[in-house]
Amino acid sequence: MHQTDFNYQRKDLPAGFSKFGLIFLVVGLILAAASFFVDQTRAAFNYLVIYMMIVSIALGSLFLIALEYVAGADWSTPFRRIPEFFAGLLPVLFILVIPLLFLNHDLFHWAHEEAVKEDKILQGKAPYLNISFFVIRTLVFIAIWVLFYFILQRNSKKQDTTKDQSLTTKNIRFSAAFIPIFALTITFTAVDWLMSLEPHWFSTIFGVYFFSGTVIAALAAVTLVVVILKEKGYFDPWITDDHLYSFGALLFAFVNFWAYIAFSQFMLIWYADLPEETFWYLTRWEGSWVIFSLLLIVIHFIVPYAMLLSQPAKMDPKRLKFISIWLLFAHLFDLFWLVMPNMQPLKKGYVFSWIDLVFPILGIGIVLTVFNFISKKENLIPVGDPKLKKGINFHL
Amino acid sequence: MNKKLYGLAALFKTPDEIIEVAKKTSAAGYQKYDIHSPYPVHGIERAMKLKPSKLGFITLVFGLTGSALALLLMYWTMSVDYPMIIGGKPFFALPAFIPITFEVTVLLATLATVIGMITFFFRFPENDHPLHDTDYMKKVSCDHYGLVIEAKDKLFDEAKVLEFLNSLKPESIEEIYYPEKETYPVLEPKFVTFLIIIAVVTSGITYFALNKLLYMQPFTWMMEQPKLNPQKPSTLFADGFGMRTPVQGTVARGFLPYPYMGQNNPTEFLQNPYLPTKENLQLGEQKYLTFCSPCHGNFGDGDSRLRGQFPNPPSLHSTRAREFSDGMIYHIITNGQNIMPSYASQVTREERWAIVNYIRVLQRAKNAKSSDLQVVNKETGNNASN
Repeated sequence: MHQTDFNYQRKDLPAGFSKFGLIFLVVGLILAAASFFVDQTRAAFNYLVIYMMIVSIALGSLFLIALEYVAGADWSTPFRRIPEFFAGLLPVLFILVIPLLFLNHDLFHWAHEEAVKEDKILQGKAPYLNISFFVIRTLVFIAIWVLFYFILQRNSKKQDTTKDQSLTTKNIRFSAAFIPIFALTITFTAVDWLMSLEPHWFSTIFGVYFFSGTVIAALAAVTLVVVILKEKGYFDPWITDDHLYSFGALLFAFVNFWAYIAFSQFMLIWYADLPEETFWYLTRWEGSWVIFSLLLIVIHFIVPYAMLLSQPAKMDPKRLKFISIWLLFAHLFDLFWLVMPNMQPLKKGYVFSWIDLVFPILGIGIVLTVFNFISKKENLIPVGDPKLKKGINFHL
Repeated sequence: MNKKLYGLAALFKTPDEIIEVAKKTSAAGYQKYDIHSPYPVHGIERAMKLKPSKLGFITLVFGLTGSALALLLMYWTMSVDYPMIIGGKPFFALPAFIPITFEVTVLLATLATVIGMITFFFRFPENDHPLHDTDYMKKVSCDHYGLVIEAKDKLFDEAKVLEFLNSLKPESIEEIYYPEKETYPVLEPKFVTFLIIIAVVTSGITYFALNKLLYMQPFTWMMEQPKLNPQKPSTLFADGFGMRTPVQGTVARGFLPYPYMGQNNPTEFLQNPYLPTKENLQLGEQKYLTFCSPCHGNFGDGDSRLRGQFPNPPSLHSTRAREFSDGMIYHIITNGQNIMPSYASQVTREERWAIVNYIRVLQRAKNAKSSDLQVVNKETGNNASN
């Protein structure tokens, strides 16, 4: 029963990762650059969606790593490198965020000085919502994330050669410090980048809402890579059905968590029926947006719920692969639904544009390329981790 | 007594052993066997090649039933049977129903799962299972791991199974027999029948005593009598009414008909039958302040606090009002005038005349002549001289 022989040989990732990554990146970059000349505002909003998607995957992965350390989980140790690689997107955020900071005039109504002058509410919010403070906040948050990323992954990699157990203890301490900081930064990030698109609107649960989607995106990305690599033999025989089942169960749990939070936000606003709150949902009920709103329930909750409900479905690799791609799309769709109706020309309903299709290509390109770059010459399995043996022998 | 063999049991010491044992037993082709351990051993269900439990279907079916029932209940009560507007929401307010639907779904699903698990899968209560009260069961519920191969198995052959069990190198092997059928005197048909009869008789007597005997009337001599009830139909009269209409021109006791009722400007009036005595004027003042002053004002000036909310009531000190005869004022109170309603039902005849007398006093006081003053002066002067 027990896996006594453990000898890991490092293998390069499948060539498809780098090849597809580069193709997507180049095509995406060209098309995205072109779209900025065609319709700068629309391109800016679309770029924001993709940026938040990358933030979700990267930050969510860092959260998963910290969670493993804090909770003392061992089942996730064998594949902990995958979220570590995804969290490698965090330093890249410094570059990715630059265009958005310059495009603030296109994105944010509160960035227009003449609009703030005539608006008492915006004047009241101006001490928080002003460009200099906004830029400082954004950069400080990214710096904090990158700092924790470097600490956690450096200790983890060092352990591969030194096998020093005290590094795990160190990481546990840093993770414990990171989790409350993560809670605050992700809340303010959601407020800054998503909620302030409609600066008159407010919802106290919004940070949690974004967090629930973030964890789904990160989990789905990790699940997808682990299942693909397992099928290609990279994780055999260390990742078993029990690991896959845990992936399925976690995804299922967070699909429910998202629905719970999304419904909590909706029901309170619907019940109180205050005009200063309801207009945000009414915008998303306007014209063709109503289809998007209803589809969001189906895509983000009903379909994944039904597909993950039964026990065998939670450990079927094919089903998991499909559902991870589906949930990544669902989170992208969710972000699209959060961001796009704030665009002035789209307030009355959705109008299709090819620009909306360009940026997901760019996003896939960025994620794959960075993942490939970071994972180069790295062990896929943290061979020096003291929890590894228990993680490999994990049974439900 | 010939004992019937239930199966052969073997005891093992470690969980690793029992997993190997389970694998070998299922590989040997045995179907009816079971593994017992003091705690759930990881991976045992895969080693035993057990099929996934069907319990999930019970959960699913009852969960869906719960959702449907909750929605149906709320739809029926809130939108059909007793629709109420709550917070301006529609009668079928789905978002408000979702939390309750969720709760009922979870409630029914969990209850059905637990009850289904205990009754269908654990077959509770099965008190005479052969494994109860065996040394084997005592050990596997403490610190040993056990395997039982049942005699019902198609491949069961005592010698072969014994050999197979020995090949697994167990700590010990035990033969397990069906227990002798126990009889319970409580369940004997005679006793049960006796109980049922007692129950039926007791409850019958109780029912009869409480519902019939207590309400039996010993005699009904004056309970029912032939009589006519007012407001009830009757067969005595041809028109079928129990009540009679009075003869034309009948006047009720203590009632005086007012002959000028309904006339706006009657040509003749009643005479005032009351003298303005002190008692009469006090009564008039009291009734005037109660019924007249809200509109006409405390002193008849038409200046009450209701002024401005209605067409203003006229002053009672106008020349026209002062020239009204007593009978005319009485007529106005009785019959009403313009928007002033009739006060006949609130104020009695005597009180109305008293009010008329009091109004006369008010009119006289408001329009006093100097001669009136002199009379008073003379009187006070007289008093002063005394």
